[in-house]
Amino acid sequence: MDARITLQVDGVERSLTVDTRTTLLDALRDRLGVMSPKKGCDHGQCGACTVLLDGRRATTCLAFAVAYDGATITTAAGLANGHALHPVQEAFLHQDGFQCGYCTPGQICSAVGMLDEVKAGHPSHVTRDLTAAVELTDDEIRERMSGNLCRCGAYVNIVAAIREAAS
Amino acid sequence: MIDLMEPHAIGLPLDRLDGRAKLTGTAPYALEHRVTQPLYLHPVQATIARGRVTAIDCAAAKALAGVVAVITHENAPRLASDEDKELWVLQSNEVRFRGQFVGAVIAETPEIALEAADLVRVTYAPQPHDSELHADRQDLYAPEQVNPDYPTDTNEGDVEAALASAAVTVDETYTTPMEHNNPMEMHACIALWANGGFTLYDSTQGAHSVRTTLAPVFGLAAERIKVIAPYVGGGFGSKGTAHAHNVLACLAARSVAGRPVKFALTRQQMFALAGYRTPTIQRVRLGADRDGHLTAIAHDVIEQTSRFKEFAEQTAVPTRMMYKAPNRRTTHRLAALDVPVPSWMRAPGETPGMFAAEVAMDELAVACGIDPIELRIRNEPEADPESGRPWSGRNLVGCLREGARRFGWARRDPRPAVRQQDGWLVGTGVASSTYPGYTLPGSRATIRYGEDQRYVVRIGAADIGTGTWTALTQIAADALGCPVEAIRLEIGGTDLPMASVEGGSSGINCWGSAIVAAARAFRDAHGADPAAGDEIGADMPENPEAERFSIHSFGAQFAEVHVHADTGEIRVPRMLGVFSAGRIINPKTARSQFIGGMTMGLSMALHEASILDPRFGHVVNHDFAGYHIPVNADIGALDAVWLDECDPHSNPMGSRGIGEIGIVGAAAAIANAAFHATGIRVRNLPLTADKFLR
Amino acid sequence: MNPFAYERAADAAGAVARVAGHPGAAFLGAGTNLVDHMKLGIAHPELLVDVTRLPFDRVEERQGGGVRIGAAVRNSDLAAHPLIRSRYPLLAQALLAGASGQLRNLATTGGNLLQRTRCVYFQDVTTPCNKRAPGTGCSAIDGYTRDHAILGASEHCVAVHPSDMAVAMAALDAVLVVLGKAGERRIPLVDFHRLPGDAPDRDTVLEHGELITAVELPDLPFATRSAYRKVRDRASYAFALVSVAAALDLRDGTVRDVRLALGGVAHKPWRAVRAEAALRGAPATPESFRRAADAELADAKPLRDNAFKVPMARNTIVAVLRDLAMEKGR
Repeated sequence: MDARITLQVDGVERSLTVDTRTTLLDALRDRLGVMSPKKGCDHGQCGACTVLLDGRRATTCLAFAVAYDGATITTAAGLANGHALHPVQEAFLHQDGFQCGYCTPGQICSAVGMLDEVKAGHPSHVTRDLTAAVELTDDEIRERMSGNLCRCGAYVNIVAAIREAAS
Repeated sequence: MIDLMEPHAIGLPLDRLDGRAKLTGTAPYALEHRVTQPLYLHPVQATIARGRVTAIDCAAAKALAGVVAVITHENAPRLASDEDKELWVLQSNEVRFRGQFVGAVIAETPEIALEAADLVRVTYAPQPHDSELHADRQDLYAPEQVNPDYPTDTNEGDVEAALASAAVTVDETYTTPMEHNNPMEMHACIALWANGGFTLYDSTQGAHSVRTTLAPVFGLAAERIKVIAPYVGGGFGSKGTAHAHNVLACLAARSVAGRPVKFALTRQQMFALAGYRTPTIQRVRLGADRDGHLTAIAHDVIEQTSRFKEFAEQTAVPTRMMYKAPNRRTTHRLAALDVPVPSWMRAPGETPGMFAAEVAMDELAVACGIDPIELRIRNEPEADPESGRPWSGRNLVGCLREGARRFGWARRDPRPAVRQQDGWLVGTGVASSTYPGYTLPGSRATIRYGEDQRYVVRIGAADIGTGTWTALTQIAADALGCPVEAIRLEIGGTDLPMASVEGGSSGINCWGSAIVAAARAFRDAHGADPAAGDEIGADMPENPEAERFSIHSFGAQFAEVHVHADTGEIRVPRMLGVFSAGRIINPKTARSQFIGGMTMGLSMALHEASILDPRFGHVVNHDFAGYHIPVNADIGALDAVWLDECDPHSNPMGSRGIGEIGIVGAAAAIANAAFHATGIRVRNLPLTADKFLR
Repeated sequence: MNPFAYERAADAAGAVARVAGHPGAAFLGAGTNLVDHMKLGIAHPELLVDVTRLPFDRVEERQGGGVRIGAAVRNSDLAAHPLIRSRYPLLAQALLAGASGQLRNLATTGGNLLQRTRCVYFQDVTTPCNKRAPGTGCSAIDGYTRDHAILGASEHCVAVHPSDMAVAMAALDAVLVVLGKAGERRIPLVDFHRLPGDAPDRDTVLEHGELITAVELPDLPFATRSAYRKVRDRASYAFALVSVAAALDLRDGTVRDVRLALGGVAHKPWRAVRAEAALRGAPATPESFRRAADAELADAKPLRDNAFKVPMARNTIVAVLRDLAMEKGR
């Protein structure tokens, strides 16, 4: 069954007809040609499909597009401002926080969303005192980024990049 | 003598030239290239492990609106060659492993393709299947050789006699489980049949390799297959050759002539169709005198292959050259099972073999009461024990000593199970690491000077995350004597000159050598001030030094392991690798290769195991929730450094391979550290909490 | 995946009527479990009724103490809520130990409670499973059982409930508020999830068309001394081998009261009533804790690959209670 939906994708309004079975990830990639978020598992287990969805980081492979009519989506392509990279992307470039690059757009969106969550004072699994303000230690970065798998093993540099971007 | 280059750009930690594209997600991977009116393929897979398809009912599938074709062995185009049985797809009713392709639906949308595939009804005549590797099988056999072309068995001196008379012996069996490469980008391609040939946008470690492999399968001249692969989302060996999914996509493209067919394996399908590392059962026996000098080494390996295509992992081969001992024996025996065919996974042979060998060395150190670093230094061979050739550059001792210094080894109390910190038992461990210097034949590079005063350097090489785009640009710049900005590198396709596959850590060696040869030829022919349009090509030259020397990279792996006293949970907060790999082309990307390999080694130690249920014949934990690889929080202070060296015999860059050595020995260092922490010696990977629970 | 229709519910009563009246209909929360199952081919709704925009997205104090959590509250917001962080820290910890940051931003309270086992044989349509297809057999019992149950299982099913949040809520005597065609009813969480028995296809007592609207937590002042410990193979983003939710009320070195629940061990969050009974009034010592753990695990029935869960659960119970007893100033 088909449905007509409208999405704001990287600042551009896109209207399209989707099969109700089409995920947000497939709508972006197959229907809109927005290839930035990647499919690494299609079952919510790797984070490669992470975008900013209505301002918060979210996976897109387990979301039906039809349920997100009217949503605002920012991908790693949208975080870059024309030719200028987002500060998180710049930091990833300096620190070599990527290798094959396939998990990278998801890492970038997840990092941006994660830094907002820290700013909003959200605790994590490693936050010792749940009632105190959150401090962004390396252990906090690692835990908060654990929803983004990287088979190339760039984690050490991903942490360094996020530390650089956050400072 | 090798004519070594002067490094200027070589040695600089340049940011990746493909960085911007990857960071924004705009670099096109296989499925992401723009094609017109694509169709989508969803396969039908066998649900038995052995037998025949007796009937296949596609009526309901075909009737679904939006389905363009359904192919099975009954109607698929005929292939020309069955020499490679893995690629003999949809050509007979035979089922050789659970998950094998038995059909495919091609449809206008992926949702329709999936729905239709579920409607295909397959009937089987199953046969009893045999999918379980164990040591006491009666049908183990010796292959004619082990990969890539080593003797299956070696035997020097009299190992049994030496072991019988040795003052100290170790005799243990170590096992490593089946593992799956699981690159983040699933195997995927877009196949288009037009004008009597295929265009394939592929995810591959070797565009030319895919072409030369598929051409005879389809009875085509190689030029009729064009492969495009500028960006690849990881491979780790599993994309080192064409696999069945490439053939299926091409068969589908033939069946819908003129429209491109998009096909990506699902993550679940990756566990049956993208290759894997064989499980191993390894018996290692060491004999030494009281001072730890080895008198005997025996390494006997049992592993598996598929019945229909042989793959013999060279697991005991590194044991042949690591340490000196007058009596040495290695053997490999295979069980042919009803399973998919194994394939390369990062450092095939070295990875499982050095796990067993380096844990055994640690056990010998404990048995002799000698520090494990000192033990290895005492057994350092002056030349390759196997071939007798001098090393082109071996500084294992330097790596061990530098690593010991940086890791704080001098403070180490060798007694196991005596340190606790906040409820965690703490230990440290060490292991050696090695990887051969391979040269694959056939690479060629061309260089043309353009109107824009830049040199276009063309070679069909691959970048699977290794940093090829940047490293080869640096090599070309130095070889031509110009700035990096004056180079425009083109890689990743068969429209470019022939290049060997990215595998065996041989890429920079092969492609770099070809580029240097082309650059020197260019200067010879066109001088320092060329005209626009000046061009030359050159093949990778022969390296006569390679016959005279034994070329290997070496390293030392250090690990600090914490095991929770209450739960047995095991974590690795600190790891260090020190490597001897000749000249490092780009320190930034090289370090990433080393730490990436070490991370994969930690993964091997703690997390990875493909569980094959012998009742069904397939891997049951076939996704990222069931098959663990590390998450960010699993990796702590992990670092890699290297000795400042130049190999005068390997190639004009002075470099040796680095892509795979990072994984070698890492799991052993961790297992050794876990013993040091707990006093519990675990010889079966992965090291999980249940094995340390008290 | 079969084609399906999608509707957004305008109000709860309408959503309930819609789903109750259509046997092939299902409620859709964020979908992080349901969509997964639809892709695997183990769920086949013909109509999805999206309930994420219903007004159940608040966490509020209740009159007389305790909190009321709307079923549509996202896991990340619940974990970050000041009331939960200060009054029910074990619940915040349990939520933060589950899934990943981006999944927690999507998953709802109701969805979390209704998530289904991660048994590999349940999720694979080509391997027999009594939960998925009653009567076809249990592939797990004689198969790979490392992740399976040691308590409360049956010969028909040895699956484990995967939720962390539900374990903490079970320890806190949570009560579910459920809206059905006949009106509203309240179900204690400990009675909500079922043991498999001979009907493993039924995970909960929820009837078709019933919608969880809220979870009520009674006031529990000593919940400020509480913790959730999850033992897993990875440092993050992995299901529990075993987990322990505990709250401890100490007075003069004696256990005045306690709440204890286990995860990773059974078809439902396992409220450790025997251990609690053994602990109340006992001295707060490792010996008491061990005795209580042993009482709870006395009937454990390990399978071929999960025998380790018994000492692991025992050790973890003791460790959690020991660490809680040592905490100062709560």
